[in-house]
Amino acid sequence: MDLNYAALLPEILLAVAGILLMLAIPVLPSRQQVRLGYAASLALAAALVTALLQWGDHGPAFFGMVSMDALGGAARILFLVSSAAVALISVSYLKRERLRHGEYFPLLLMATVGMSLMAVSADLIMTFLGLEILSISSYVLAGYRRGDPRSNESALKYFLLGAFSTAFMLYGIALLYGAAGSTKYAGIAEAATQGQAETATFLLGLGLLLVGFGFKAALAPLHVWTPDVYQGAPVPITAHLAVGSKAAVLITLLRLLHQVFPASADQWQTLLWIASAATMIIGNVAALTQTDVKRLLAYSSIAHAGYILLGVIANSPRGAQGVLFYLAAYSLMTLGAFAVVQVFARREERFTKLEDFRGIGYRHPLLSVSLTIFLLSLIGIPPTAGFYGKLFLFSAAVEADLVALVILAVLASAVGLYYYLQLIVLMFMKEAASPPEPVPVPLAARIVILLMAAGTLYLGVYPAQVLSIAGEAAGL
Amino acid sequence: MIEYFWLALVPPLAGFLFNGLAGKRLPARIVSGAGCAAIGASFLFLLAVFAEFIRLPASEQQIVHRLFTWIQAGTFTAECSFLLDPLSMIMLLVITGVGFLIHVYSTAYMKGESGLYRYFAYLNLFIFMMSLLVMAGNYLLLFVGWEGVGLCSYLLIGYYIERRSAGDAAKKAFVVNRVGDACFLLGVFLIFKTFGTLEFGSLFETVSRTHPQPEGGFTVLAAITLLLFLGATGKSAQIPLQVWLPDAMEGPTPVSALIHAATMVTAGVYLVVRSAALYSRAPDVLLLVAVVGVLTALLAALTALVQRDIKKVLAYSTISQLGYMFMALGVGAFSTGIFHLFTHAFFKALLFLGAGSVLLRLHHELDLFRMGGLKNSLRVTCWTMWVGTAALAGIVPLSGFFSKDEILWRALDSPLGHPVFWVAGLVVAGLTAFYMCRLMFLAFYGSPAHGHGESGSEAGTAVTAPLTLLAGAAAVAGLIGLPAYLGDHRLDRFLEPVFRYSYDHGVSASHASHSLELLAAGAALAISLLGGALAYRLYARDRSLPRRLADRFPAIHGTLQRQFRIDEAYSLFVVGGLKALSRRVLWRVVDVGVVDGAVNGTASLFRRWSGVAARMQSGNTRTYAAWIVTGAALVFLYLLSVIG
Repeated sequence: MDLNYAALLPEILLAVAGILLMLAIPVLPSRQQVRLGYAASLALAAALVTALLQWGDHGPAFFGMVSMDALGGAARILFLVSSAAVALISVSYLKRERLRHGEYFPLLLMATVGMSLMAVSADLIMTFLGLEILSISSYVLAGYRRGDPRSNESALKYFLLGAFSTAFMLYGIALLYGAAGSTKYAGIAEAATQGQAETATFLLGLGLLLVGFGFKAALAPLHVWTPDVYQGAPVPITAHLAVGSKAAVLITLLRLLHQVFPASADQWQTLLWIASAATMIIGNVAALTQTDVKRLLAYSSIAHAGYILLGVIANSPRGAQGVLFYLAAYSLMTLGAFAVVQVFARREERFTKLEDFRGIGYRHPLLSVSLTIFLLSLIGIPPTAGFYGKLFLFSAAVEADLVALVILAVLASAVGLYYYLQLIVLMFMKEAASPPEPVPVPLAARIVILLMAAGTLYLGVYPAQVLSIAGEAAGL
Repeated sequence: MIEYFWLALVPPLAGFLFNGLAGKRLPARIVSGAGCAAIGASFLFLLAVFAEFIRLPASEQQIVHRLFTWIQAGTFTAECSFLLDPLSMIMLLVITGVGFLIHVYSTAYMKGESGLYRYFAYLNLFIFMMSLLVMAGNYLLLFVGWEGVGLCSYLLIGYYIERRSAGDAAKKAFVVNRVGDACFLLGVFLIFKTFGTLEFGSLFETVSRTHPQPEGGFTVLAAITLLLFLGATGKSAQIPLQVWLPDAMEGPTPVSALIHAATMVTAGVYLVVRSAALYSRAPDVLLLVAVVGVLTALLAALTALVQRDIKKVLAYSTISQLGYMFMALGVGAFSTGIFHLFTHAFFKALLFLGAGSVLLRLHHELDLFRMGGLKNSLRVTCWTMWVGTAALAGIVPLSGFFSKDEILWRALDSPLGHPVFWVAGLVVAGLTAFYMCRLMFLAFYGSPAHGHGESGSEAGTAVTAPLTLLAGAAAVAGLIGLPAYLGDHRLDRFLEPVFRYSYDHGVSASHASHSLELLAAGAALAISLLGGALAYRLYARDRSLPRRLADRFPAIHGTLQRQFRIDEAYSLFVVGGLKALSRRVLWRVVDVGVVDGAVNGTASLFRRWSGVAARMQSGNTRTYAAWIVTGAALVFLYLLSVIG
């Protein structure tokens, strides 16, 4: 047990970069502030390279507060890729919306530090710190369009409800500490095997923790904040909330339940079974009547969290592998979809209604074809990433004898087909309502869209490589 | 070269990429040329492979090529493996052969349409996916092709983007198919969970060891085969998922010929035959397959009697013939099902292309009652379509006679058969002859009804050559499967290695004398001729005859009228598409409640739920907090109940 700074090199890099960017704001002339975005992307790239180099490192650091392993390493890489994509689509977004670049990127970097810390944490206090760094940055970012009342509403709701749920989580941590005498993962797991798992304090602590995580991961019925917040936030931040932030919470939940609380599996499996079923049903069914693409994707992301829970409930390495693969696939297709929506929305996000996509199919082939790929992947049609994501998740769940839940998931995703398809039909099979208006596609956004589409297809044609990485991270 | 058989996938894929990426900027001649050349190359290559393949001894006609290990995850392995056996060989030849002719035909039919590059790109992609489907060496790869052909079908039905109905039909087809696909996928999961492999070879071998005898009741094999069969009913438009096929006729006619008659819709039949090792051990499911097949054949044939739309007649006829094939599978006669699939591909593609030629001449007039007298201006179309009609109706010695007759005979003779199947099959044969002859008389004989005059001619060699070739094939294709009283059933022997792991119910060994079989064949032929003669009397000799008869015999007239209405009710019941009738309250109940319930009803129901789910979204932060407290309270309640 010692300090071992090197283990947290990516996080330290990002934090330092964030502080330096903040210091640069008053110095740089306002016209040059655009460069902050590229600087932030560079910092993320550097952190990504460091994280890749650290792949394979094992062992504790920071006096046991964090622990390096394959799961943390893989999760870190996923978050850094997601944040880099968000940063790239943000640059042109901020320019178009005439928003200040200044505080945006330091906040995004800090949020990434938070996610990354959650991934490698080995102590509930550290997890909580990571989650709060992530959340507080995200509250501010959600309200970044200060001139737009919807954005203000989004930030305030997210903050109030987030603070509310944080209280639950903190209380849960306190109870667990009371029961186990430690906040370290290993300490809690050990206490659980020595009879603590049966006590009311321990179980209620776990329950409160689940409520806190359930809120952040938007599991029904704690998902109610999601549509409003996602709709009001700036599109790149919506993407960040739906992908990076959600993935961080789900992976932490996975690690906690599989590594710390296996002794209480019966209890949390039942609770999550119900949450998963409710989340899939509510997410898919409510999405049917949405008329706004951001809201539609918000419900869609709720539904996908429901599918991901299947792998968590399976409580097996195969389930964990399925979760990780699905998160990779989900990140690619959701980031891609939001990138298209971001570009298509144009100034002041005027074009986010489903109707606005009518007939754009042949007018903007890059946007429409790539959006179609992302939607097909969200439906789960081969050869796209989403198909294998579902396949691995569902087959792991079948192996764990969750047949009823799998049937429900297949049916729920069949409902999902309807609203995704609706958008494809609108794009390709309906006449445009209004005369065309040019849609400028900035270079950085174009690169993100193409990379995400290529990634979605790559995972759909040759999933083996990512799958084996996910397997290693899951301890297979 | 035979070990490189999987290279047949390359030309269609290359054609798709070429037209998809560069086609927009190229002249139509190059686009259509490239599209045809890709499929032609694939067909020629497969012919060469076939020449080598038939020289192999039967025991070696099972070539597996592993391209690479596709997915490796713990115990879960999926190979990207291709299988060439007699079954996939014959399917591949049909797909690329008929596909090539239809590509050639399309160059004339689609001349001047906008977005030709899209059309050929999708068509090539379809051939690629269909070949992948039949070449796949495991269920997972098969599923990729299965989904792929569904996607292409969807894209091509919606080809005329400016027509609203086309978009709706495409969506309906896709949604209905997904219901089937979901079942298919569950079946595949169950196979993997039970047997631990998805590769055809090792799976069937395992099954034949662990389940040596067929077993009735709800065994795990029954569950698997039932799920797969539900998948098959979606693709092959069988009850209860048949509703999409008639609407799918919104697509261009060559697409109807290729996808919705000759190839894709037979994928369900292929799936069942490929899984014969499983099906032959689940006799109860086989019975269900047979019953569904018979009912579908009967209902669709009745519906076809009264259709006014020339393409819809053919669409219902396709559903009906697919029902025949499933009936054959259901009585355990797997190779007979493939035989009919083979002959049907020729004559049904021919009939659709002929209908397309009529539509070209009449500027896309679909109503049979506004046609007439085309036999002089469309000579080639007329005689080739007569060949197709006779083949479909089962007139000796054309191909349909042999394959249909074998189905009927197996339905009677097989240990799994039943006389009821045979009688129903006979009725369908009569109905088939009637509606096809009705179509021919209405379209080609009598006086020109639509002011199109006697002038005008065939659309050119690109139309007549495929028609002629298909007519030739439709005439002689039956010779590969002669009945026992005439000689050698080559197809049966050819397909034998495919069924080495299936349980032998003794279907192909004849149990009765040749004279009985001859008698049965004679009965079927007589009924077909009777149906044709009736159509001739009502629609050819004197078109006013139905009306004059009606005036003189009001009772018969009433019966005919009622008959007509029953059929409308059928088509309403089966298609759910006759929106006009749904205005009547009675029909609305049937229509919305029963049929469209599968699609629109469910959607509207979900929409209503959706309102409830979205009402959780009041926008009020306090309400949201209340929801969170509710969630937390539920968690506590549960945990307290555990502790307490």
